[in-house]
Amino acid sequence: MLLGTLIYGFINSSILALIALGFNLTFGISGVANFAYGAIYIFSGFMTWIFLNSLGLPYVLCVIVSILFSAVLGLLTYYLIILRIKGIAISEVMATFGLGLAIMELFRYFNFVGFRYTLPVFYDGSIAIGDVYVDLQRIFIALIAVGLTLFLYLFTHHTKTGLAFRSIAQDERTALTFGIDSDRIGALSMAFGAGLAAVAAIVILPLGTIAVEGGYEVLINALAVCIVGGLGSTVGILVASVLIGFAQTFTANYLEPHWMMLVSLIAIAIVLVIKPSGLFSHQKELEERI
Amino acid sequence: MKKRKERIDRGINARSKDIFALSSYREMLYLLMPRAIPVVFLLVVTPLFSPYWQEIIICTAIYALLAMSWDMLISAGLVSLGQSLFFGIGSYIAGVLNYYWGWSPLFTIPVATIGGGVLGTVALLPVLRLRGIYFAMVTLVLPLMFSRLVEATRILGGTEGLTGLTPFPNQLTALYVIQIALLASLFGFRRIMDSDYGLVIKGINDNDRSVMNAGLNIYWYKTQVLFLGAVIGSFAGAFGTHVDMFAGMPGFALDYAIMPIAAAVVGGAGTFAGPLLGAFILVPLSELLRALGALRIVFYGLFLVIFVVALPEGIFHYIQRKYHQFERWVEVE
Repeated sequence: MLLGTLIYGFINSSILALIALGFNLTFGISGVANFAYGAIYIFSGFMTWIFLNSLGLPYVLCVIVSILFSAVLGLLTYYLIILRIKGIAISEVMATFGLGLAIMELFRYFNFVGFRYTLPVFYDGSIAIGDVYVDLQRIFIALIAVGLTLFLYLFTHHTKTGLAFRSIAQDERTALTFGIDSDRIGALSMAFGAGLAAVAAIVILPLGTIAVEGGYEVLINALAVCIVGGLGSTVGILVASVLIGFAQTFTANYLEPHWMMLVSLIAIAIVLVIKPSGLFSHQKELEERI
Repeated sequence: MKKRKERIDRGINARSKDIFALSSYREMLYLLMPRAIPVVFLLVVTPLFSPYWQEIIICTAIYALLAMSWDMLISAGLVSLGQSLFFGIGSYIAGVLNYYWGWSPLFTIPVATIGGGVLGTVALLPVLRLRGIYFAMVTLVLPLMFSRLVEATRILGGTEGLTGLTPFPNQLTALYVIQIALLASLFGFRRIMDSDYGLVIKGINDNDRSVMNAGLNIYWYKTQVLFLGAVIGSFAGAFGTHVDMFAGMPGFALDYAIMPIAAAVVGGAGTFAGPLLGAFILVPLSELLRALGALRIVFYGLFLVIFVVALPEGIFHYIQRKYHQFERWVEVE
């Protein structure tokens, strides 16, 4: 029981981390809270399904194309919408929220509802760890979450674009004097965030069905993890997803599953009371907390 | 030759700003007409509509109240993505009082209004110390969490909700109750925002640190604003519950979150009359487009995006400007 809880807790944490990474990346770099994040997640899930089942493309191609589509969607959102209202937090929130809602409800309108909307698992089967059986997809999720985190670390520390990302996040004006175009980097960060949402969707969605409600859930989970961890802090995201992930799994196993959804709410409430800007956000503490 | 647009106050606007407005019927009419239009429309014209359209007007008025409560929050810089929180709380309190204890609407609505105001304020109190998007995030999360909680624990009727609540005696009563509440909050809120108190609230939105510098406790002010917004939202919820004779999870649904925002942004935020106007445009419009079904929310979302990006001013500000000022092209020297 305990071993199983620990393993599934880790997998749950990986899911949360995967979901929150993209949202956090966009916010951390360009300061845009992308409330259309859940919609992009669902969008890429349905895109993959459409390519796979309606067009009959090979799976690998579907995955790549749908990640690219999502990234382009993010890029377009930035250039067509965000750029015009950059810096006005209220407008950014409302515009992305409206866009996300429009995308998600459009899928509902076209009747993308039901059990047939599922993505295939990468490799069917399960393995036993001790006496706990875990299906391979969940193992993949954990591996990809760890891999993606490593990739992001290396990317932001050792490539030119990644360094430009960090420089914009740290001090936009100084970055401008070094010839880094903050609009281009902002758009790229949005595209990256959307791409990460697509990766998360393709990895996580095979566990269940693709549903419009899932979009809201993803957005809520991403927000919960980001609030607890501290917006814009990757370490904070990882710690927060481990905390919430394990807390959820323990609640589900030892109390009752339907209390699980309260965990993130309680976590948000506690963190907002104790350390309002999140567990790990040192940099922006003064600005956000007033 | 370059030209620019010049805007000058109309003479009548300048004249009627003073006590001398009382010396001429024209000036008095100029001042009175914009205020009389909503009063006459709501209290005299709408009761003449067919019962079906009266129902739509009631529904519109509920959304308009939510939009105004959203506008109150935005005046202090609090972006709420979940007016449905207040609506849901108000509707559940009224529903429970009526369903389990059989209170009449005469008591459930006031109790739900005040109780919902207090509960809504307390629920959002931890977030008030942060600015920026935290408030938006938490307001988005809370209503969805509440509806999940009701669904999972099956308290308060679970997914079925509380049905068969006491309705209003007749439709005209309901219509008048909501219209009077609507007008009271419209003129009340505008009055508040014109006073010194309103100036502090606007100051919090513009520059909270300088308000703090003036020795004012901005958290206390924000709490009061939140309470005002929550009270109006809860009233809308309690009222809507008795009109629909139903309290349930749809109270926390996204309809009640996106619609007020769209109405306020389309109408022009920060004026209270704007959200009212926006609601009276959007809701009947969506009623006419009923055949589209779920596509309505798509339209609201797109309306929101388009207005935020392209016309952030909103309709009401535009009309107001045309009413008070005239424009002409002048040469740039």
